[in-house]
Amino acid sequence: MSHLSERPEKPVVGVSMPHESASLHVTGAALYTDDLVHRTKDVLHAYPVQVMKAHGRVTALRTEPALAVPGVVRVLTVADVPGVNDAGMKHDEPLFPDEVMFYGHAVAWVLGETLEAARLGAAAVEVELDELPSTLTLKDAIARSSFHGINPVMVAGDVDAGFAESAHVFTGEFEFSGQEHFYLETHAALALVDENEQIFIQSSTQHPSETQEIVAHVLGCSSNEITVQCLRMGGGFGGKEMQPHGFAAIAALGAKLTGRPVRLRLNRTQDMTMSGKRHGFHAEWKIGFDAEGRIQALAATLTADGGWSLDLSEPVVARALCHIDNTYWIPNARVEGRIAKTNSVSNTAFRGFGGPQGMIVIEDILGRVAPLLGIDPMELRERNFYQQDQTTPYGQLVTHPERISAVWEQVRANGGLTDRKREIAAFNAAHPHTKRALAVTGVKFGISFNLTAFNQGGALVLIYKDGSVLINHGGTEMGQGLHTKMLQVAATTLGIPLHRVRLAPTRTDKVPNTSATAASSGADLNGAAVKNACEQLRGRLLQVAATQLGAGAADVRIVEGFARALGSDKAVAWDDLIRTAYIQRVQLSAAGFYRTEGLHWDIKKFQGTPFKYFSYGAAATEVEVDGFTGAYRIRRVDIVHDVGDSLSPMIDIGQVEGGFVQGAGWLTLEDLRWDTSDGPHRGRLQTQAASTYKLPSFSEMPEEFNVALMENATEEGAVFGSKAVGEPPLMLAFSVREALRQAAAAFGPAGVSVDLASPATPEAVFWAVQAARSGEVRREDLPLDGGEIPARPIALSHA
Amino acid sequence: MVAAHITVNGKVTPISPAAPHTTALDFLRERGLTGSKEGCAEGECGACSILVARPGVDKPTDWVAVNACLAPVAALDGQEIVTSEGLATPGAPGKAPTLHPVQEEMAVRGGSQCGYCTPGFVCSMAAEYYRPGRCAHADGAEGTEAQVGGDSEHGPNGFDLHALSGNLCRCTGYRPIRDAAFAVGAPAEGDPLAQRREQSAPDAAVTEYAQDDSVFLRPGTLSGVLEVLRERPEAVVVAGSTDWGVEVNIRSRRAECVVAVDRLPELRELREESDHVEIGAALTLTEIERRLDGRVPLLAELFPQFASRLIRNSATLGGNLGTGSPIGDSPPVLLALEASLVLAGADGEREVPLADYFTGYRQSVRRPGELIRAVRIPLPLAPVTAFHKIAKRRFDDISSVAVAFALEIEDGVVAKARIGLGGVAATPIRALATEAALEGKPWSTDTVEAAAQVLQAQGTPMNDHRASAGYRSAMLGQSLLKLYAQTTEAVSS
Repeated sequence: MSHLSERPEKPVVGVSMPHESASLHVTGAALYTDDLVHRTKDVLHAYPVQVMKAHGRVTALRTEPALAVPGVVRVLTVADVPGVNDAGMKHDEPLFPDEVMFYGHAVAWVLGETLEAARLGAAAVEVELDELPSTLTLKDAIARSSFHGINPVMVAGDVDAGFAESAHVFTGEFEFSGQEHFYLETHAALALVDENEQIFIQSSTQHPSETQEIVAHVLGCSSNEITVQCLRMGGGFGGKEMQPHGFAAIAALGAKLTGRPVRLRLNRTQDMTMSGKRHGFHAEWKIGFDAEGRIQALAATLTADGGWSLDLSEPVVARALCHIDNTYWIPNARVEGRIAKTNSVSNTAFRGFGGPQGMIVIEDILGRVAPLLGIDPMELRERNFYQQDQTTPYGQLVTHPERISAVWEQVRANGGLTDRKREIAAFNAAHPHTKRALAVTGVKFGISFNLTAFNQGGALVLIYKDGSVLINHGGTEMGQGLHTKMLQVAATTLGIPLHRVRLAPTRTDKVPNTSATAASSGADLNGAAVKNACEQLRGRLLQVAATQLGAGAADVRIVEGFARALGSDKAVAWDDLIRTAYIQRVQLSAAGFYRTEGLHWDIKKFQGTPFKYFSYGAAATEVEVDGFTGAYRIRRVDIVHDVGDSLSPMIDIGQVEGGFVQGAGWLTLEDLRWDTSDGPHRGRLQTQAASTYKLPSFSEMPEEFNVALMENATEEGAVFGSKAVGEPPLMLAFSVREALRQAAAAFGPAGVSVDLASPATPEAVFWAVQAARSGEVRREDLPLDGGEIPARPIALSHA
Repeated sequence: MVAAHITVNGKVTPISPAAPHTTALDFLRERGLTGSKEGCAEGECGACSILVARPGVDKPTDWVAVNACLAPVAALDGQEIVTSEGLATPGAPGKAPTLHPVQEEMAVRGGSQCGYCTPGFVCSMAAEYYRPGRCAHADGAEGTEAQVGGDSEHGPNGFDLHALSGNLCRCTGYRPIRDAAFAVGAPAEGDPLAQRREQSAPDAAVTEYAQDDSVFLRPGTLSGVLEVLRERPEAVVVAGSTDWGVEVNIRSRRAECVVAVDRLPELRELREESDHVEIGAALTLTEIERRLDGRVPLLAELFPQFASRLIRNSATLGGNLGTGSPIGDSPPVLLALEASLVLAGADGEREVPLADYFTGYRQSVRRPGELIRAVRIPLPLAPVTAFHKIAKRRFDDISSVAVAFALEIEDGVVAKARIGLGGVAATPIRALATEAALEGKPWSTDTVEAAAQVLQAQGTPMNDHRASAGYRSAMLGQSLLKLYAQTTEAVSS
């Protein structure tokens, strides 16, 4: 067992406990960025001047009418920027644009004594525009070759030879939607000017260090003049990895220019119309199978809708390519990635970060071709699982491939699948208007940032004279329970009870140069850094205790707040130990650091070992579809997920359940619709509010929902044997989509291949049911070597 | 007149200097009670949920959860509210507060992750916790195992999950929240909020709250309201403000004069006569639902599908009909029930059949100065009724299409058919051609399939973000086929 993964006696990690802020959450005492406004004097409120056209050049911007509105203090424009007019890391994202790139793009910001004054001021600003042609859809972008950023190609084996040797070859096309983050807390920042013109920014950000960096370059100052703090976020899901920076920069600029605190909080409509979302993708593919249904070759081109600027689209596409294999061995592959440039918001990170978009392609293919191959979908998936010593198309050895089938088999057993499939068949035979189906899908998700440099974490741990411990680390808390886990890691490493440890809010002046809390890596990176800091402290304290106990330091253990030498009852209490250490002038603070070992990635060759390990999981979902309307219910879900040896089981189960339901929302319900007409509102997001963009509610929750964590699942390469958990469970929701596909198929003749739109709304399912009933694509209609699956336009074009 | 004030968590708080359009949510937050959050500002997410003491159905007072983002604070003049901060019992100085039982269950079961939606969930859950007659067992039930009487939407402790249908959580996937809801017991002896239910709720204050150029008015009588409407025809009439609140927040509308009618006694009666039921236009949908208790089955089928419990606690039939939206959920049902409206004006009252009420998109025969006082539903009711709402989401969504049926089938023949449609035209409409295609015909596959073709062609459905026109049309026909299947097949599950 590795040093990193080893657990000491009576560890606090592994104990099931609620979120560390649970009591504050339920009483409303927990503070979020915008709650601070009401505790701050003389705050100015910022409001955007949004231009409601998809594309155009700004020819005039008149701010005088706004300044005439009572309560308006200042209008921020490009002329006010002392540094670089850029809100991103790619220099393609002007903070104050002179070209409107999407419907709702903000070109200026108004500061007012009240939000109402700022709003009225923003409405009074006059903007003149030379309208330009706009590209809105992926199909249009592809037709016009409107692309930006990298164009990676992943090659494994010999794809042409693979197709030549295949018994069945299919081709197809698939376009699927993105997803709005809909964190309950919209983007928010509050900037204050300290003495000496330094700026302190409270920001709802997953990436305080980058927020700091961008504010500094906008203000034209050094990073040491800017401090960013994130108390906690009301949800992030990736939407606050890159997107908060510009909003923080506006607040900081306003504070610097007026000397007063400036608050910026987007309302829901502004948030939905201005901030980026999960990338929707278009996929074109060709796949070959041998006679037994084993994949021989895959060729595909994935095109992501990047929106108007690059933001994180390049690494998102890279991760999509790295996950098109999911749990299946593809010996010969050629997969190309492209980023479409469109006149829409700049799409960004969202839980899974391209992984879901890669995986859905292969899962969709398998779901569509299984009936045409005459193989049960579950069986088809099993036949293609990775085995020992096989590598991914990007050249990484798949470690622990046996876990793919282990979680799969456990889900089959836990869910009583054999009996239930029989019951479902009987139900369907007796119900002409209602059909049920059960589908199982698995997940293999690579853990680590693709870009090796990001795989580092830092921490600062302080022990005070009274024995209390305060930890700081670079990760942010957005509900995922990172802080809870970090408290457990610190208490475990130091050998003290949990209540002696507190955690300070994330601040850039405590731990510098942190990576985003993203890529599911928060606990891996920051946990190892906290552990490292605590180990330094423990090493010093063991020396102190050894002297007191008359033993060698190597024989001393600190357990539950008492230091003892092995084989002796003599004990030194923690508080006494700390007091002694202080008097002996032993340093009681330590900076911890961690870098993930063994990573290598060549983006140009698209080969390497970008991931420290893989997370695995499997889900079995049963749905019921109403043939009259396409409406459906999720009757039961069984999940087995691999989180290594869990650091905090209640937290991890919460991540699995929440990720699954969020994934099900993306795949079934959440419907981003833009006005693609040539009318006056071309480019407008039509589903820009909770009333039109529907998230899963209680009615979408599985009626029976069983989640189990894989047992005896130690991961050698991560802190205390645990694994990352934030993103992978989202992709377990493919089982919902595949179950819906199979239920739709059950309305038609045997062997029908069902094309299902994504999201699979009731309407989309209804059209799939209708198509199945008509027996549109059936095995017996195809030549034996497979063939072209007719690309049926998605259901909505039936109108 | 006493200066406008609210009792917040037991503390009397003046409303001034808030602007008359200020929402209760902004008012609370500006006074440092930041537990209530803004997630959507349109009554869809419930992060702003608070408890209000209202006249009760089974006890003198009910604790009712409402969306603080929609209610103007002035509408709560003289009322008592409790927020998530007020549910916990404060500890000794420097000590943590004692959590309320619903807070405790939410906290220990992992019901909060990011915590932003949590205070709102806690308030919605507390309202259901205090609902009289909730507990299946006097001592409250423990555990979450499905017990007799429990299902996935109703706990063994009598907890109705629809109480949380207006609260959204983006983190948890809801399972731990459901576990918490199904685990709460009965209020303990001496629970102050439980005791508060035994005294009457605060009376409606007569309010005239003016700041700068705008005013919020709550006259005490119907004649007082009619007088205001005569003098200020531009005044915006509100009951629960569930529509007006959205206009204020999302479309930034402001009104010089807003008149509240939700507590007028004349608009709050529910009477069952021999030949009709009369429902006051300002009764909330929750009050109607509880007081009718299933006696109008078609309404009973409608209510759980009408927005969320948070909205139904404020929204009224008068409001749903008064805004005249073509996608309101009550008009199709009331059309099928052949309801009529009692309109009150300065010259007295008149009764208008609902079928004649709507004249165009958000337009009606209601004259300036007139108010909907009540809805009358004739008796006896048709024996076969159904309400089919087509929407993306089952809880709390706006319908793409809504179809309500009220049929009399005698000896296998359709004696009478009334069908109300929403979402297929500029107004809610009766499906007259389909009714004609059914009446006098045998209730058979042939009749229904032919009539479904007729129904499918009714109205002029459109393409929008909720549904395609093709789907909307298809759903009209499908709804009749589904009704036929339900009435003729022994539907087993």
